[in-house]
Amino acid sequence: MFEVIGKPWPKVDALHKCTGETRYADDVYLPRMLYAKILRSPHAHARIRRIDVSRARALSGVHAVITGQDLPTRFGILPVSQDEEALCVEKVRYVGDPVAAVAAADEWTAEEALRLIEVEYEPLPALMTLEEAVAESSVRIHEYGDGPNIHKMVSLEFGDVAAGFARAEYVREDIFFYAGSTHLPLEQHAAVAHYGPDGKLTLWSSTQTPHYVHRALAKVLEMPPSRIRVIATPVGGGFGGKSEPFSHEIVVAKLAMLTGRPVKITLTREEVFYAHRGRHPVLLWIKTGVRRDGTITAMHVRSFLDGGAYGSYGVATTYYTGALQTVTYRIPCYKFEGVRVFTNKPPCGPKRGHGTPQPRFALEVHLDKIAEDLGLDPVDVRQRQIVEAPSITVNWLPISSCGLRACIDRVVEASRFREKFRRLPFGQGVGFACSAYLSGAGLPIYWNDMPHSGVQIKIDRGGGVTVFCGSADIGQGSDSVLAYIVAEVLGILPEDIRVVTADTDMTPVDLGSYSSRVTVMAGNAAVEAAEKLRRLLFRAAAERLDIPEDQLMARGRRIFDQADPDRGLEFAEAAQLAEARFGTLGAVGSYTPPKPPGRYKGAGVGPSPSYSYSACVAQVSVDPETGFVRVEKIWIAHDVGRAINPRLVEGQIHGSVYMGVGEALMEESVFRPRYGVHKAPSMLDYKSPTTLDMPEVECFLIETNDPHGPFGAKEAGQGPLLPVPPAIANAVYDAVGVRIDELPITPEKVLKALEDKARGGSGRIGPTSIPILTWPEPIRVEPPPEWRESSRGSS
Amino acid sequence: MEREWRFITLQVNGERHTLAVPVYKTLLEVLREDLNLTGTKHGCELGECGACTVLVDGEPVLSCLVLPVDLEGREILTIEGLMEGGRPHPLQIAFAETGAAQCGYCTPGIVLSAKALLDRNPVPTRQEIREALSGNLCRCTGYLHILEAVERAAVRWREMRAASGGF
Repeated sequence: MFEVIGKPWPKVDALHKCTGETRYADDVYLPRMLYAKILRSPHAHARIRRIDVSRARALSGVHAVITGQDLPTRFGILPVSQDEEALCVEKVRYVGDPVAAVAAADEWTAEEALRLIEVEYEPLPALMTLEEAVAESSVRIHEYGDGPNIHKMVSLEFGDVAAGFARAEYVREDIFFYAGSTHLPLEQHAAVAHYGPDGKLTLWSSTQTPHYVHRALAKVLEMPPSRIRVIATPVGGGFGGKSEPFSHEIVVAKLAMLTGRPVKITLTREEVFYAHRGRHPVLLWIKTGVRRDGTITAMHVRSFLDGGAYGSYGVATTYYTGALQTVTYRIPCYKFEGVRVFTNKPPCGPKRGHGTPQPRFALEVHLDKIAEDLGLDPVDVRQRQIVEAPSITVNWLPISSCGLRACIDRVVEASRFREKFRRLPFGQGVGFACSAYLSGAGLPIYWNDMPHSGVQIKIDRGGGVTVFCGSADIGQGSDSVLAYIVAEVLGILPEDIRVVTADTDMTPVDLGSYSSRVTVMAGNAAVEAAEKLRRLLFRAAAERLDIPEDQLMARGRRIFDQADPDRGLEFAEAAQLAEARFGTLGAVGSYTPPKPPGRYKGAGVGPSPSYSYSACVAQVSVDPETGFVRVEKIWIAHDVGRAINPRLVEGQIHGSVYMGVGEALMEESVFRPRYGVHKAPSMLDYKSPTTLDMPEVECFLIETNDPHGPFGAKEAGQGPLLPVPPAIANAVYDAVGVRIDELPITPEKVLKALEDKARGGSGRIGPTSIPILTWPEPIRVEPPPEWRESSRGSS
Repeated sequence: MEREWRFITLQVNGERHTLAVPVYKTLLEVLREDLNLTGTKHGCELGECGACTVLVDGEPVLSCLVLPVDLEGREILTIEGLMEGGRPHPLQIAFAETGAAQCGYCTPGIVLSAKALLDRNPVPTRQEIREALSGNLCRCTGYLHILEAVERAAVRWREMRAASGGF
C-alpha cells in the first residue's frame, strides 16, 4: 500500500552518528571562543548576603564575571511559574543553585576564578521532605503558590463519586510510593553563544525545546526575539531533561554579549545531576469501588508530589498524576486531588511519561490486589472494562482509537501468562499491567491560538526536496519521520530529502520534542505541506501528459498515469514544469490539535489528539537469599496507530522498557537529609541498567490507524515505559508473595519483606500513611452526556 | 596552578601529530580540542560511562582516564579512523541499519568496544557481546538493537574476510 511508510529504513542521520560526524553542542568550536563556568550554591537554602567578584575579575585570563544583578529577570517554562533566576539574586534554594558565572580563556582558568569569588550566605532551615515542607509553614521557599511551600493544589470531581462508591460491592484503598529518578542522558548539557557586531545573538544548545529557549532568552536578556537565533544541536539524550530553558543557556548568552566573543559551557556530570528536572517522587493514595466481577464503579486518587526547589513543569505534572487513569478502563465516577510542594532539592520536572508512570504503577498494582481479593483473573478484570473508541472519558478526554484489547491478547498469549500465573515455582513469577499515554498535549504551554507545529518544504530544479521544521531530533528519529512522510506523499525516497530542523531563524515553529507530540503534530504539518506541493506537481504534469489530475500518482520518483504507468514524468521533470508554470516551489503546512472538549479549570492537561495503549507481561526470578530481582523477559504490545517505521518504533519500545526496568529495580535520586547534597551524583553511584541487566524483550506493534495521526500514527516514545514497573512489581509478588509498594524494588526491600512474611507479617513494604491536608472544595464537573446515567446517584 | 607543557608525538588513525600539550590534559581533551576529532564523546570524564572509548593498540581504553604523554609510540584509533577509503566499517553499517544509534552519543564508544571484541573473537555469543559492552552505558536503546547490530556485523565481516581470502 505504501512505498516508504511502514518500512524499516535507516534513520536519515544514522551513518553520521555511527561515524562520529554528528556535531553535538559541545562539538561546536568557534574562533576566539571563551569557556564559562558557573559557581553553585553549597547550601540547600540560604540568603545571599554579599558577593565579591573583584579577585576573580582580576585573575589573568578572566574576561567577565557576572552575578544575579546582571540577569535579574525571572523565567520558567510555565507562564504560571516564572520563579527561576539565571543566577540567584537574593536567595539560593538548593545545593547547586547557580550564583555567579565566569568567562575565561580556558576551563581551568574559569574554575580557578570561581574559587576566588567570595559569597557570604546566611543559611536558612532547609526543607528536605514533603512532610517537612507541609508542616513548616514558618519557612518559605517561595512567596507564591497555593499555600506555604505548596506550589499547586488541585481538586476535581467528575460525576457523583460518593454515589459511585455506594454502588460498589467491594472497596479497597492502597498507598504507594514511586521514587524520584533522573534522565541521565549520556550527553551533558552544553551551549555555545555568539554575539555578532550586528547585535544579533546565536545560541547552539542541546535542547529539546529551542522555541521556549528563544522566548526565555528574549525575556531575560530584554532583547527583541527577532535578534535572537536558537539552534538546537542534535541532542545526545533528552528524556525530558532538556525541555525547558536553563540557567546556563542564558548565562553564556549574557557573557557573549559582554565580552563580544563566543562563549561555551558544558555542564559537568555532577552539575547535570543537580540541573535535574527529573521524575517527581510521588506518594499516591488510591481508593476504588468495584462490583463483584471487578467492574469499577468509582475511583478516588490523591497524589503528593515532592517538586524540589522550583516550579518547572510542576503544575502540569501535578495534573498529569490525575489525568490519564480514565483513559484505559471505563471509570464512571472519578475524583482527583493532587498537591505539589516545594523542597530544597534540585527541581523535578518531566521525565519520560511525565507524571503518569507514578499513578499508573499505583493503579495497576492496586487492580492486581483487587483481582486477588475477589478471586478474579487480573487479565479478565482489565479486559472487561476497556474504554470504547470513539468515546469520551468521564473527565472529558476524547479517545479516537484504542487497541488495548489486541495488545492484551498478544502479550498474554505470547508469554503464556495464564499457564504461568500462580503456577511457577517459588522464586519465579509473572506480572501483568496495561497503560495509555498521550500523543502530544492538546494545548500549548503558553496561551495562544497559533499552530503547534509548522513545516515548510522547498523543491529544487534537480528534484531535491528540503524540509524545514522547528522540531528537535533527540535521537527518537523525528528528522527521519519528516523525511519518510514527505517522501511517501511526493513519491520519492527518504534519501532524496534533506531535513533542516530546530533552528529558530530557518525553520517554522514547532513547540518541541516533549509530550510525545512530534510524529503526530509535525507529521501532520508535513503531510499538509507535501500535499500542497503534490497538487502543483500533478497540475503541471496533467497539462503536459494530457491526463486528468486525479488519475495521477506519485511513486518511485515518477509522476504517472495510474491506469497506464508507462505514461509519466520523472519527479525532477515534473518539478521543473511546475516551477515554470507556478513560480518558485515552496509550501507550508501547519498543525493545531482538535480543541479539547473539557470546559473546566484543569481541562487543559490530559487532552491529546490520540492516546497510545500498551500491555505488558514481565517474568522475573527473585533470589530469596539475596532479595535480588532479575527480569528474565518482557513481552510488550503497543498500539502505535501506525508504525511509520517499525524499527524505530521498536527502538522506542526497547528504550522505554529499559527505563521502566531501571525505575522499577534500581534508579533513585537520593539526597542527604538537612544538607541537601545528592548522594550519588555520578554514573557509577547512580545505578542504571547495563547490557547485563537488560532483559530480552518481545515487542508487538498494534496498528489502529488513528483518525488524527499522519497515516494513522500515534506516539511510541513514552507510553511503553508505563506498564513495565507495575508488571515487574506484580511479577515479584507472584514469585515470592511479597508486595513491594515502593519503587525501586531493591534487594534490601525484598529481603525485609520476606523476613516480615516469615515472622507472620503481611510481607508488604511501602508507605502506610499520607499527610493530612485540607483539600480545597473540588471543582465538580458534569461528565459528558454518555456518562450521566452511570455517574449519578441512583444505580 | 602550575602548568607544565610537553612536546609529544601521537599516532592517531594512522597519522602522526606533533603537538605541545599541558601534561595533565587527558587523551580525550587532546583528541577533541587539539586534533578536532570530536567524534570521541564524553559523558562523565570519570571513567564511568564508556562514551569516550578509543582503541589503543587495538584494546579499548577510556580516553578520559589516560594522558597522551604516556601514549607516545602507541597506535590510537578513534571513530573517525574506522572508515576505510571513505567506506564505513561493517559495524558502522550494521549500527545504522538496525537503529542501534538513537541519540548516537554513546555510539562511537560502543562501536569501538565492539570492534575490539570482534578482532579477538569473530564469532561472539550474545552473552559475550553483553559482557564486552557492559562498560558502555546507553540510555536510549535498551541495548537490544546494539547487540543485534554487533551480531549482524560479525556475520558480515566474516563473509567479507572469507570472500577476500582473509580466513
